[in-house]
Amino acid sequence: MRYMPHTALEREEMLAEIGVGSIDDLFADIPEEARLGDLLDLPLHESEMNVEKNFRTLAAKNLSPYSAPCFLGAGAYQHHVPSVADHVIQRSEFLTSYTPYQPEISQGTLQALFEFQTQVALITGMEVANASMYDGATSCAEAVLMACRVTRRKKAVISGNLHPHYRDVTRTTLQFTEFETEDLSPMLEGDEDFDTRITPDVACVVVQTPDFFGRLKDYTALAEKCHEAGALLVVVVNEVVSLGAVKSPGEMGADIVAGEGQSIGVPLSYGGPYVGLLATRQKYVRQMPGRLCGQTVDQNGQRGFVLTLSTREQHIRREKATSNICTNAGLCSLAFTIHMSLLGETGFAKLAALNHSQAVTLAEMLEKIDGISIVNDSFFNEFTLRLPANAAMIVEKLASKGILAGVPVSRLMPDNPDMANLLLVAATETCSDSDMNAFVTALAEVL
Amino acid sequence: MLNNKGRPTQPVAVDNGEISIETFTGNMGLRLESPLIFEQGMPGRIGVDMADPRPVKVRLGGLERKGPIGLPDLSEPQVLRHFVRLSRQNYAIDAGFYPLGSCTMKHNPRINEKVARLAGLGDLHPLQPTSTVQGALELIDDLAHWLKTITGMPAVAMSPAAGAHGELCGVMAIRAAHEANGESRTRILVPESAHGTNPATAALCGYKVEAVPARKDGRMDLEAFAEKLGPDVAGVMLTNPNTCGLFETDVKKIADMVHEVGGYFYCDGANLNAILGRVRPGDLGVDAMHINLHKTFSTPHGGGGPGAGPVVLSDALAPFAPIPYVVHNDSGFDLVEQAEGQAQKSFGRMKGFHGQMGMFIRALAYMQSHGADGLRQIAENAVLNANYVRVGLNDKLHSPFDGICMHEALFDDSTLKGTGVTTLDLAKAMIDEGYHPMTMYFPLVVHGAMLIEPTESESRQTLDEFIGAMRHLLDRAAAGDTDYFLGAPHYAPRRRLDETAAARNPVLRYTPPAPTEGEETAFSAAS
Amino acid sequence: MSYKFTKDHEWVLLEGDVATIGISDYAQGQLGDVVYVEVPEVGKEISKADELAVVESVKAASEVYSPVSGEIVAVNSELEGEPTMVNEDAMDKGWFAKIKITDASELDDLMDEEAYKAFIEGLE
Repeated sequence: MRYMPHTALEREEMLAEIGVGSIDDLFADIPEEARLGDLLDLPLHESEMNVEKNFRTLAAKNLSPYSAPCFLGAGAYQHHVPSVADHVIQRSEFLTSYTPYQPEISQGTLQALFEFQTQVALITGMEVANASMYDGATSCAEAVLMACRVTRRKKAVISGNLHPHYRDVTRTTLQFTEFETEDLSPMLEGDEDFDTRITPDVACVVVQTPDFFGRLKDYTALAEKCHEAGALLVVVVNEVVSLGAVKSPGEMGADIVAGEGQSIGVPLSYGGPYVGLLATRQKYVRQMPGRLCGQTVDQNGQRGFVLTLSTREQHIRREKATSNICTNAGLCSLAFTIHMSLLGETGFAKLAALNHSQAVTLAEMLEKIDGISIVNDSFFNEFTLRLPANAAMIVEKLASKGILAGVPVSRLMPDNPDMANLLLVAATETCSDSDMNAFVTALAEVL
Repeated sequence: MLNNKGRPTQPVAVDNGEISIETFTGNMGLRLESPLIFEQGMPGRIGVDMADPRPVKVRLGGLERKGPIGLPDLSEPQVLRHFVRLSRQNYAIDAGFYPLGSCTMKHNPRINEKVARLAGLGDLHPLQPTSTVQGALELIDDLAHWLKTITGMPAVAMSPAAGAHGELCGVMAIRAAHEANGESRTRILVPESAHGTNPATAALCGYKVEAVPARKDGRMDLEAFAEKLGPDVAGVMLTNPNTCGLFETDVKKIADMVHEVGGYFYCDGANLNAILGRVRPGDLGVDAMHINLHKTFSTPHGGGGPGAGPVVLSDALAPFAPIPYVVHNDSGFDLVEQAEGQAQKSFGRMKGFHGQMGMFIRALAYMQSHGADGLRQIAENAVLNANYVRVGLNDKLHSPFDGICMHEALFDDSTLKGTGVTTLDLAKAMIDEGYHPMTMYFPLVVHGAMLIEPTESESRQTLDEFIGAMRHLLDRAAAGDTDYFLGAPHYAPRRRLDETAAARNPVLRYTPPAPTEGEETAFSAAS
Repeated sequence: MSYKFTKDHEWVLLEGDVATIGISDYAQGQLGDVVYVEVPEVGKEISKADELAVVESVKAASEVYSPVSGEIVAVNSELEGEPTMVNEDAMDKGWFAKIKITDASELDDLMDEEAYKAFIEGLE
């Protein structure tokens, strides 16, 4: 077997060194009746060539969004990943290194994390960010737990226009704790009424921008309302490219920003691994979950970086830790950092402007089709279409024509009849003019 | 109140604080420094070319960003060189031996990276119609089959994103099962030697955590366990093989005992590598166990993630599994995405979308490469290697527990007593010898613990050299060469770092100089 | 007026009905460089053996349990900016909290300086 160096002879010699007669002697502590005599009922080892073939066969059964016009979003967005980002994360020293607990031989990972934390803090308009969470949805749940610790209150009010996965993950994570959520219903028109819900027991209000339907919202007034009542405002951003174009949550007065960083540097990969972002104010840093990288100096006085404030974490604080998280999204945060470094101020703003112009162009084309209207009064690169027919069925029809038309809202909000004809449509820099034309033509045909 | 782990974390000034960097640039030959990316920018550069935005009627609802963000502008070669220089300051399994106990740092095959990037796998959108992703769903189903077969368990929840997330999944399933029975139990029993994630997870599920002491042979004390058991115990969380590298010989009895009081047996599967193909957790009475795909099945650790932590479940817990999951019906594969119908007992959703697909692909490629025969060989060689290291060092270092170990060898620091050298100092000297340090000060139950897990990937030659280096260092410590150890590492990209200063005055980001006024962003120029 | 000590290495100094609490010099030495001290809220009622504060070094967080019951009337908020005071002056400027006690007899079981000295010698 190509991954294991020992020859049969070496195994024999090593057993002799150890002073046992056979391999079985090393497993003598396993209860006899549970020991496996035969091999597991699974195929035998395969050559690299055959393994690759197996996966090519599986891949051929899928429709790649890169070989079809694709307008899918709803929390995961198709963006171009620069080849430098994917190359660097495959360098052995990043790909196959452990968590940087030994800072003297992990400065590469640590400095990159410090840069990641800074980039996330800058784009969200916050003071500090951690070294990543699993994804946007888990980051949202952690933000709520954190708000409850900071305020010593027990209830979170959750916007109905939050991505349903984020709402569900938050509810699931809190269900056995002393904390609870009040989930509002989705609203297609008008603003949600938070004022009457921010009671003295409320730890935080959780909102999203652009919201699940793609609408941009200014939460400045809501932030003030929260602060007056001693509550925190948690703002969720699941399309971070939007932050290149619009006012940041920090400028609105957010206390915690929970985000999904997939759009920058991380491939779609059928839903994971992605990279959760969590940013906040410096004063709340000791209540933050997850790893944090900090700057310091070494024995020679040279600048260096270490994981710090570890006493918040499970490996030291155990049952009193701020979170049980250990492994996070290390390599995805590196991909994010590299892609963001390539973009820079100029490129990030340009990418955002490009995405918006793509979406506006597509929206204007779609609005011309009879019977279709756009729900949004504002949007970044994704909007909600109201179709004259069931959106899920339209999506299936278009898929059979080789077009990935968008996400039917009913897939994420299945029990709400108001949502049956709504379709979420995203247009990023990856959509060509011919993609848009093909979509608009095909949609007009199937309606 | 106070426990002292004996971890000096501030630099010890042994060179009179002399700075040994003598070059003009601060580089030292192939050791190349790179300033922060924020210190390298020049406004107007760009590292990604893209089309100019069309002039359109802006529909941002009046929320246009007004000021600059503060990101530096760089070209592609600058960014590439920066991150390549950073990479060279890292230790990595590709470059050297990582005897890091409890972490299973093994070879990461490159075919896994290649297939994870195939068009039609790595680029799928999670919300494509299921009719367009039948191959992806088949892949998840296939991996689930391998995991169930390897563990001898009837069900598996695929969505947890890492080991600790898997623990949360398992303990939530346990709590949901108790609640479905109308029971409100309050306590979870956890051995003293457990990973920190175990008590942290139990606490997140609203359980009170009670530690069970170990016996003199390093296994859980059954008498103490029996005393703590009762009708209010929701379950036990046990790592097996345990964090001392020992198989819990009474594991079946432990399972029976916890089942007898109506509790469940959660097994921390961090150490599954040691038993692949030799014993199935399902035959030991386990109700739930997470599997760290980034340990046992070699998805790269990536400097701290991403991981994946699928959880195998017994029949009793399976109905409570989180959504989503893959099902197979007449028309092919489908996803159950809502907690209703057949999933009505599900305790909910743990993450966005369907799980760590990128890790699933790599893990399945790894399993197919090994096959049933190779998987068994993994466990055998991993245990062989650990025992080889144990025997190679046990006249120099003291093992707190006698006899054969599983995949990792545990030592305490008693032989260092009186030398002025601590476990930490020894570890830092290992860096100078070209090794990543072993796991230190864990498990907490052993004084100055050193936990060495060689994994099956390492050759006998590597182990012999490592044993030789360790023996050399231990002799050097015994001979009183304390200063050498206190100053180590001498040859790493950095000397010891001042962790106390970092924690007292946390600097968690670069602070940019005040922005220049009147700067236009590309967006305002475009609109 | 003299220091009393617990087996968990806290000291208590009673003046009238107000007890000042800190950790002993021996304790700070064992703990190493203190990087953070989490002190309780003023006004909080606390019972003997409840968690009073948390002292953090780089790699350890140690709970400090209250040796007495009563109401917290003052906390040493200077520790937030200068946790080093615990290392530099554990027995005086490094105090954690003042508690208005409800039961003076709770101090009866505690060690005096001499007994504590003997106690820590026994630990060596």
